[in-house]
Amino acid sequence: MSSNEKFHHALVVDDNKCIRCTHCIKTCPTEAIRMVNGKVEIREERCVDCGQCMRVCPHKAISIEQDDLVQIENYRFKVLLIPSVFIGQFPYAYTEDQIYRSLLKLGFTHVYEVEQPIEVLKTLIRREIRENKSNLPVISSFCPAVVRLIRIKYPAFTEQIMRVKAPHDLVAHYILENFKKQGVSPDDVGFFYVTPCAAKITAVKSPIGEEVSIINGVINSNHLYNKAMSVIEKVDELDVEPFKKELTKEGIQWSLTHGETWWQRAKTISVDGIHNAIRFLERMENGQVSGFDFLELRACDRSCAGGVLLSQNRFLVVERLKMRARLYPASSVKMEAEGYGRFSGLEPLAVTDEIKPRPLMLYGSDTFKALEKMERARNIMCHLPGIDCAACGAPTCRALAEDMVNGLAKMSDCIFIQQQWQNQGKVSPQKAFQKMEKKWGENRFDPDCTKKGAKDESF
Amino acid sequence: MVKLRYEIEGGNFDLAGGASSQVKKVLKQLNIDPVLIKKIVVAMYEGEVNIVAHAYKGQIEVQIFPDRVEMKLTDEGPGIPDVEAAMKEGFSTASQRVREMGFGAGMGLPNMKKNTDELRIETEVGKGTTLIMTKYLAYE
Ligand SMILES: Nc1ncnc2c1ncn2[C@@H]1O[C@H](COP(=O)(O)OP(=O)(O)OP(=O)(O)O)[C@@H](O)[C@H]1O
Ligand code: SF4
Ligand code: SF4
Ligand SMILES: [Mg+2]
Repeated sequence: MSSNEKFHHALVVDDNKCIRCTHCIKTCPTEAIRMVNGKVEIREERCVDCGQCMRVCPHKAISIEQDDLVQIENYRFKVLLIPSVFIGQFPYAYTEDQIYRSLLKLGFTHVYEVEQPIEVLKTLIRREIRENKSNLPVISSFCPAVVRLIRIKYPAFTEQIMRVKAPHDLVAHYILENFKKQGVSPDDVGFFYVTPCAAKITAVKSPIGEEVSIINGVINSNHLYNKAMSVIEKVDELDVEPFKKELTKEGIQWSLTHGETWWQRAKTISVDGIHNAIRFLERMENGQVSGFDFLELRACDRSCAGGVLLSQNRFLVVERLKMRARLYPASSVKMEAEGYGRFSGLEPLAVTDEIKPRPLMLYGSDTFKALEKMERARNIMCHLPGIDCAACGAPTCRALAEDMVNGLAKMSDCIFIQQQWQNQGKVSPQKAFQKMEKKWGENRFDPDCTKKGAKDESF
Repeated sequence: MVKLRYEIEGGNFDLAGGASSQVKKVLKQLNIDPVLIKKIVVAMYEGEVNIVAHAYKGQIEVQIFPDRVEMKLTDEGPGIPDVEAAMKEGFSTASQRVREMGFGAGMGLPNMKKNTDELRIETEVGKGTTLIMTKYLAYE
């Protein structure tokens, strides 16, 4: 059974900024983007929110929605949850404490890094491996883009995905439990999560395997970074140690590549970068990978250090976090000293419901009809030139052929076919040009000096 | 009916498995039961590797019908002198070089038989081998 819930998406295209260059169309790992009537269209059922399109867009026309910061005023306790990679954004000159204080200065009452208390996640991972001996490897649920990729393209692996929530959910529950112990009403506490990427926003807005998220608002990392930098010189000397009580070596490095694996005794493997992840899953599906207990897959190169909403160089972020990690105790050592008992109540809160596959059926779910369509698409491919130029608005000739049999495109969308038809006198040059303008927008082919490499690069 | 065709180069282990992987992608798009896909792909993979490991060159033709998948693997190669023996688990004439690459357990043909509904072998020593496998898509 596949679930029918609608995917929420965080990526938005600004039609005014877009120059219709097809970079995004060609880079999308799930072929989710098309040019339709002069506009870039992201097909929801295919998009996994990996953010690759945003990365390659030369005109910054793709952005990520976020919540309004003023809504923090609705809560008495304004809790900011930052991923540890956020600390890595700042110049080394600013100490960790200064960074925490700058965030308090912005109006938050509490600031926590999300990757704590990490021992709960470690325990759940170990247990999952132990209890799933017949269906290994267990696949990490950490990166929401990867989870979605598996659900649509590798549905058979869906049941191997860990049914455990993301660190930001876990830490929010942990903090909320502590508030409750002090007699604070949960309604007075607002949680605001700073996201390094589009995928994590989507995971908050339409969480997989739970009804609603405990997070009340999402703030983009680059946005908050600019705000923090504007006040960082003016911070008050507040004690921020209480926010870092459960920070550990493992936690600080959790979102980096190997973060979920380096401390394990089980046989693990870590793969980062969405194209690498796809290649690996393909191999696994072919039966060419075996013997692993745990698989960590992350959509970004260098995992969250390479998140699309971070501006600092990813290698420098990794370096800073590694340096920081040295100064913090190992989670296991901490547990020996302080015990794990105080966290056991968190375990049930960290587990999600079943994650359902949502296979992407290119030609519909009826095998008989799909076979017919596929045959037609393959015949069409004999006629298309195989240049994969994307001038038709689809990423490849094959994708155009698929769109055609699904009634979403026409043979005349191919500019080379058009040219051929003109040559054979089947269509007038005027008519052919009109078609192009329809696809790419009116005046698209008029001279325009605002583009990379032209006179005006100031967009 | 969808027809697919692949040329296979003998001795090139680098590319071995490429055709089966491609067929897997196609079958997935047709919403065929993943369990059946797995069996078809395993059988085809073994056949593909056999051409690479034991023959000089060959080709694979796959036909997908609404109710079944047919795979025809044809090669130019030494042929199989004793088919009955070759079908036995553990029987292998694989060279040392092939064994070093992790093949040659003598499990390929038995696996093909196990994972398909029909397996027909026509072979002529010194000329080559043709293998026809059929898997029915009847829903279990
Ligand atoms: N296409 C072929 N041409 C010539 N001989 C073949 C061919 N396919 C199989 N054989 C012979 O049949 C034997 C058994 O094949 P089978 O695939 O079962 O095992 P294998 O290829 O030796 O090892 P494995 O498949 O386990 O790696 C081979 O060792 C080879 O002698
Ligand atoms: S990459 Fe090009 S086509 Fe895509 S949104 Fe940016 S400007 Fe538009
Ligand atoms: S690797 Fe991290 S930053 Fe990148 S998409 Fe996944 S969760 Fe987001
Ligand atoms: Mg073999």
